[in-house]
Amino acid sequence: MVPAIRLRGLVKRFEDVVAVDGVDLEVERGICFGVLGPNGAGKTTTVEILEGLQRPTSGDVELLGMSWNGRAAELRARIGVQLQETELYDKLSVAETIRLFRSFYPRRIDVAEAMAQVDLVEKRDAWVEKLSGGQKQRLAIACALVSDPELFFLDEPTTGLDPAARRSLWEIIRGMRSRGRTILLTTHYMEEAEKLCDRVAILRRGRVIALGTPRELIATLGAEEIIEVASEPALPADVYAAVPGVVACLPDAAGFRLSVHEVHETLPRLVDALRTRGARPSRLNTRTATLDDVFVELTGKSIGEEEAADRKARAAGAPARGWKRRTREAGDAG
Amino acid sequence: MKLSDQPLFQLFLVRARELWREPGVLFWVFGFPILLAVALGLAFRHRPPERQIVAVVQGADASAAAAAIGALEGLEARLADRAGALEMLRTGQAVVVVEPGAAPRFTLDPTRPGSRLAQTAVLDALERAAGREDRLQPSEETVTAPGRRYIDFLLPGLLGMNLMSGGVWGVGWALVLMRTRKLLKRFAATPMRRSDLLLSFVLFRVVISLVEALFLVLFGIVAFGLWPRGGAASLGGLVVLSALAFAGVGLLIASRAQNAQSAAGLMNLVTLPMFLLSGVFFSAGNFPDWMQPAVKALPLTALNDGLRAVMLDGRSLAELPLETGILLAWGAGSFAVALRVFRWT
Repeated sequence: MVPAIRLRGLVKRFEDVVAVDGVDLEVERGICFGVLGPNGAGKTTTVEILEGLQRPTSGDVELLGMSWNGRAAELRARIGVQLQETELYDKLSVAETIRLFRSFYPRRIDVAEAMAQVDLVEKRDAWVEKLSGGQKQRLAIACALVSDPELFFLDEPTTGLDPAARRSLWEIIRGMRSRGRTILLTTHYMEEAEKLCDRVAILRRGRVIALGTPRELIATLGAEEIIEVASEPALPADVYAAVPGVVACLPDAAGFRLSVHEVHETLPRLVDALRTRGARPSRLNTRTATLDDVFVELTGKSIGEEEAADRKARAAGAPARGWKRRTREAGDAG
Repeated sequence: MKLSDQPLFQLFLVRARELWREPGVLFWVFGFPILLAVALGLAFRHRPPERQIVAVVQGADASAAAAAIGALEGLEARLADRAGALEMLRTGQAVVVVEPGAAPRFTLDPTRPGSRLAQTAVLDALERAAGREDRLQPSEETVTAPGRRYIDFLLPGLLGMNLMSGGVWGVGWALVLMRTRKLLKRFAATPMRRSDLLLSFVLFRVVISLVEALFLVLFGIVAFGLWPRGGAASLGGLVVLSALAFAGVGLLIASRAQNAQSAAGLMNLVTLPMFLLSGVFFSAGNFPDWMQPAVKALPLTALNDGLRAVMLDGRSLAELPLETGILLAWGAGSFAVALRVFRWT
């Protein structure tokens, strides 16, 4: 069976920026594939090229074995799309909105069934403007699934939602996957990718810097546990790196982040090492490693720090990297 | 396929629902033109013919002259010293100044409408008072026919103005909002036929324009006794053509505008000159000759001229090839360009 998505050497250049800088991806059918990365990494550009909304500067795009050239109408009928930041008509009800989108497709499911899949049956007559953020996002997904598509593109579906709304959206996405659909999901929440995705690609500055299952990527750290530590007085990194059992030591905002195999063996040795140098721990956390740690390992920064650094660079007048930012700055006033 | 599964029908419903569910918009479409017609209609309804003032310079024959002038219809004499009389002329209060006597002396500004007529009438009255014998016995019959009042002129203009702003704003504004809200992009990601969306806007404008016209015409009949003399088909045809032309202009403005402010600016830029130039409140014929070709080429001028020809002169659409042609050209031209340059994302 041909893969759901095949991307070869994808490049997208805007006047002064390279948003996507040579991306290769292959997504097999029936899985949930996560595209991860900080804002401005090129996620949305990549997805919009896949959705046929932007043309690549160069590279090959194939969905379900078809390319966008000449078969656009057929492809649009077979994919379901949820865009970042779409605002549906305020004065239309949930059912009316779904009926509208449904009318565009040759193959379609019942309005009632679409509402049931996203748990909006009770809101069927409520106007869009009266819905909460989570309900609006569920309605956007309902509009994507009215044609019962084989392939879904969800662009940051949970950004800005509260934890409960986010979890309910996760359930809907899991339901889509369990019905055998292929889902490509972008997010900058690493936790979300770990919970939902079978495979992930981490994007940074328009390139794929890591690709695999979440478990594989975490395994590349060489250790599954993390100790976050800081001491009073502060000690240099080599002191921590020398503690037996510490696989890697990276600085973070408040101290250091140590990768270890067995917390219960390494922790007493760490405390001993501090004590022999006359220091005491001012911070000591232990947790299992996440994709966020993978990002730190690969880039030396957490996603949040990278975004903050980008913001600072922009404030200092450096050219913006992501196309999204540029268009926002250009005055998306409406 | 059921009607409710037709994309064009669904898109048309969106337009209708957005209008119907937004009371503010309903007011601008139906309430505003009627309020305007009521206000202006009341202002110009029962006004006796204006009396123009003749300043009579005080002197020996002044009061006799003033009495003779006061007897004339439409003129009123005011006594003043010479300086005061000239001041009245300068400020526009008086239309002519006269110093009576054996050699009456007139002071007037001939560019002021009515001043020559007043001069002739005053001279006539003074001659008669001095004993001139008239040799002819004229008689007259006055006619105030419906169709020649100001409100008769105004109502078609208001209808035209409303059809223009409704078309340009109704289409342009809604489309730009859809772009800034990323709805156009969302639609572009579906197999929806792009022409269906644009067609839904045009069809809705056609329907709503006919309703607006019906509303204003009925109002004219009820409130001012203004029965259109031309046929309903000609009136309807003109309204439909204008809906196409103005929807096209709105579409053209919205085809590239990336945000609401620049779209609003463009729409004002297009509609405001037409309010002034296209004969809504006064005849476009008042503009100098060199401007006339440009003024006549505006779609609102064509519509207003056409509406007046049908409503007041009882002409049919077939007798108005110029107006029909201009509206058709605007509609076809703007659609052709807009479809080429329209941006979905």
